[in-house]
Amino acid sequence: MTAPAADPSAAEGPGGPPTPASGGPWSAAASARRGRRDHRTLRVRTSVVLGVALALAVLLVPLLVPLDQQAVDLANKLRPPSWEHPFGTDDVGRDVLLRCVYGLRVSLLVGLVAALAASVLGVCVGALAASLGGSVDRLVMRVVDGISSVPHLLLGVFIVAMFRPGVWPVILSVGLTHWVSTARIVRAEIHSLRSRPYIDAAVSGGASRWRVTVRHLVPGVWPQAALAAVLMVPHAIWHESALSFLGLGIPPHQASLGTMTEAARGSLLAGDWWPTLFPGLFIIVPTLVIAGLAGAWRERINPRRRSELML
Amino acid sequence: MTAPTPGVPLTKAAPDGATAPTGDGPQPGGAARAPRAALPWRPMAGLAGRRLLAAVPVLAAVTLGLFALAAASPFDPVKQYAGDAALRADAATLAQLRENLGVDVHFTEQWWRWLTSALGGDLGDSSTLRQPVAQVVTERIGWSVLLCAVAFVLAVVIGALLGVAAARRRGGLLDRCVTATAYVLQAAPPFWLGLLAVWLFALQLGVLPAGGLTDTDSDTVTAGSLLRHLALPAAVLALSQTPWFVLYVRQGVLDALGEDPVRGARARGLKEHTVLYGHALRSGLLPVLTLIGSRVPELITGALLVETVFSWPGIASATVRAATASDFPLLAALTVLATLAVLLGNLMADLLYGLADPRVALEEM
Repeated sequence: MTAPAADPSAAEGPGGPPTPASGGPWSAAASARRGRRDHRTLRVRTSVVLGVALALAVLLVPLLVPLDQQAVDLANKLRPPSWEHPFGTDDVGRDVLLRCVYGLRVSLLVGLVAALAASVLGVCVGALAASLGGSVDRLVMRVVDGISSVPHLLLGVFIVAMFRPGVWPVILSVGLTHWVSTARIVRAEIHSLRSRPYIDAAVSGGASRWRVTVRHLVPGVWPQAALAAVLMVPHAIWHESALSFLGLGIPPHQASLGTMTEAARGSLLAGDWWPTLFPGLFIIVPTLVIAGLAGAWRERINPRRRSELML
Repeated sequence: MTAPTPGVPLTKAAPDGATAPTGDGPQPGGAARAPRAALPWRPMAGLAGRRLLAAVPVLAAVTLGLFALAAASPFDPVKQYAGDAALRADAATLAQLRENLGVDVHFTEQWWRWLTSALGGDLGDSSTLRQPVAQVVTERIGWSVLLCAVAFVLAVVIGALLGVAAARRRGGLLDRCVTATAYVLQAAPPFWLGLLAVWLFALQLGVLPAGGLTDTDSDTVTAGSLLRHLALPAAVLALSQTPWFVLYVRQGVLDALGEDPVRGARARGLKEHTVLYGHALRSGLLPVLTLIGSRVPELITGALLVETVFSWPGIASATVRAATASDFPLLAALTVLATLAVLLGNLMADLLYGLADPRVALEEM
């Protein structure tokens, strides 16, 4: 962030044309770099297009399309994909495409709320630990270590088992397990911000610890925290679908990507692949879209780390 | 641009002793190679002991957390334990049962009771499987460990090979194919991959069984049938873990390819194969090693889903059964077991890292 010229990808917006390469545009290395960059632009554009399409489908289909996703039509059960039913129909004749859209709606809602809850919790805990420091910091980090040494899905299973399966326990279980990574990121960022001159200036200006944290430190970490929150959404969707698949998440009658896969197991064993295949694709595509957009964003705010994709 | 780079190798320590620049004489190379001759048992044992001590409070806190969650649960453990019989039982029987189970005291006291008896090997009774929890665990853990170990080894080997192959020519066709597939597979839920694998291999091709441990007409486990039944679940679990390895190994090797040891190896005229697998892969694997421990939770998560899909008689499928019936004693024991596995995984990763990289002092970890 201190050297804007070092980040070529910062110049290109997701929809804008690729800018001319900066520095030595005629060398072989530059042309290879340009090729990679075009490739990245293409990826970002694809992500934007798919993301907008999915968002529109999720938001508008329930409002505009007068079809009932729960409508049972036994005369048309297990029809393979056709023009009438692009994704086929399931074992009681419900349209798989329509149910996928409704399922994505539920999964996205759970994912967004859970990721938001986990991120808020993570930012609060991380900021509190880092700004109080000392024994509070050590204690909080031990708790974080403890929670992250329990596999998340298992802890989620435990939480849902102890409460009733349903939308809220799933959100609770995702929120209670996923905040630790955000807390770690926020704490590390604040630790590195604490030695910056502007914090020294605020402290010498007489600002209280609370004020320094809320006015100066937390705003400084929000890009990282927001990025972590965005990357948590696919994670939460994944988590929800896994719980639902195990029969511990969303109630079976409600379309969610996990319950649809669960319900399709019977027809899969009879050889009908479409009710299983498409809900899975509806998990993969939004995950890749969000990861692609978040990756582009990360390259803008932090051009050094572009390799790892936190899924 | 080219002037400052050749000056760097002389001042920077090379990652592995064998390829250290020889300008300063033999001492640095020799010093780095010496501790590798014998395993440093004492520091390793020290690290293991320290981790074990650190694990005690973590496990105690995790179990206390589980008991706190259970105490907040709206389910009545007595009715859960009695099952259908709770509907017919009279109040006196239920009260007696309540007293026997000791569920009316505060959850910290329940926790303490559970902890002390768990240290003696008694983990309570599972209400779904009608067996002592310790027996459930010992009967099933072998199958889960077998599945996870096979899948993990497969994932590491395939991941390392594909990662190097992809890094060999950055941006090439192979690299792009491997990376894209890895991203897609990483986003794919393991249960979905498992179901598609069942459809393809068991139903369409008919070459492998769809699940279970034995064929339907026999109930003895032979090596041949075990291998056939293990193939699909292990492959799917490995497939769900491989992308991560591929992407990290690829990145590690790409980073290593730009570093001095590799440049030195190339300058000495070594074969491309030796450079890639002997030098680049070796230093590229180091960052992966530190993170292998962090993959144990993902492995357990994957096993939970894959075992369910393939009706594998391991611990994970018992977890799901326990969870659908809110079987607290079994769930608590299994969660503790998984936590223990994660902590062990972290320890293993640290030990491996200390052994693989002579610059790391085990005493300081």
